[in-house]
Amino acid sequence: MAELFRPGDQVRASRSDPPHHTRLPRYARGATGTVLECQGRHPLPDRRARQLPARPEPVYAVRFAARDLFGDGDHTVTLDLWESYLRLAGLEGMR
Amino acid sequence: MSEDHAGPAATLAARVRHLEALLEQRGLIDARELDRSLEAFLARASPANGARVVARAWLDEGFRARLLSDANAALPELGLSMRGGLQEQRLKVVQNTEQQHNVIVCTLCSCYPIALLGPSPTWYKSPAYRSRVVRDPRAVLREFGFELESAVQVNVWDASAETRYMVLPRRPAGTDNLNEQALAALVTRNGLIGVAPA
Repeated sequence: MAELFRPGDQVRASRSDPPHHTRLPRYARGATGTVLECQGRHPLPDRRARQLPARPEPVYAVRFAARDLFGDGDHTVTLDLWESYLRLAGLEGMR
Repeated sequence: MSEDHAGPAATLAARVRHLEALLEQRGLIDARELDRSLEAFLARASPANGARVVARAWLDEGFRARLLSDANAALPELGLSMRGGLQEQRLKVVQNTEQQHNVIVCTLCSCYPIALLGPSPTWYKSPAYRSRVVRDPRAVLREFGFELESAVQVNVWDASAETRYMVLPRRPAGTDNLNEQALAALVTRNGLIGVAPA
């Protein structure tokens, strides 16, 4: 399976607030950031924690502007996010 | 934000203890073997390792380039690695420059490159550090006595998945005639996390 995103892509993190384990921090939910790189492939922890089958999928370093996460701040925050947490920004309705 | 390791982690710990007991009962492992390998891992795990990596990177441009592009491939040049657990962990080294300053955190738990930095300090695992450094890193650095110039861009790295991070601090001024060992002595654990200049 090819990687869905390339460095430079604008991606939006999922807005969902799942009732189970996840590695998508709450403060990044719904925010738009830029893909820096793919870090390799790992099984989705949301599924592993529930003992469901999980195939390795791409994990990306995604950089967010603090302003887009918290409304202010001049720094950036880079998170490592599984592909399942992300959609191309602006295309949510098409996927 | 999870405040402790109850729940799935506690269940996992119970499962590990059970498995350990079974392996011992059946004579598949020596009762002290696991303790010995854990102790050996922790004995080798020290911020002195990270400091050696930094000193080499300050002196050797080729090594620095290799370290920044693929840290796991560069570490063996110093006899180091990110193995030690069940699998080798990916390491990403992020470089401070005149324009950019990096600081690492794990907001979800306390992920940390133990092999290179030793066991993490208590404050690194505290909810206060984890929640505040992503929100206002300059204020947190100030509490560590580290005032960054306002023109410097701050990049926080939240280790939310499988990669571990280490900061490559800037080489202090006036250290041109120091050798590798003397340079390594200037590097602190806090510098490798990004809450101190070096």
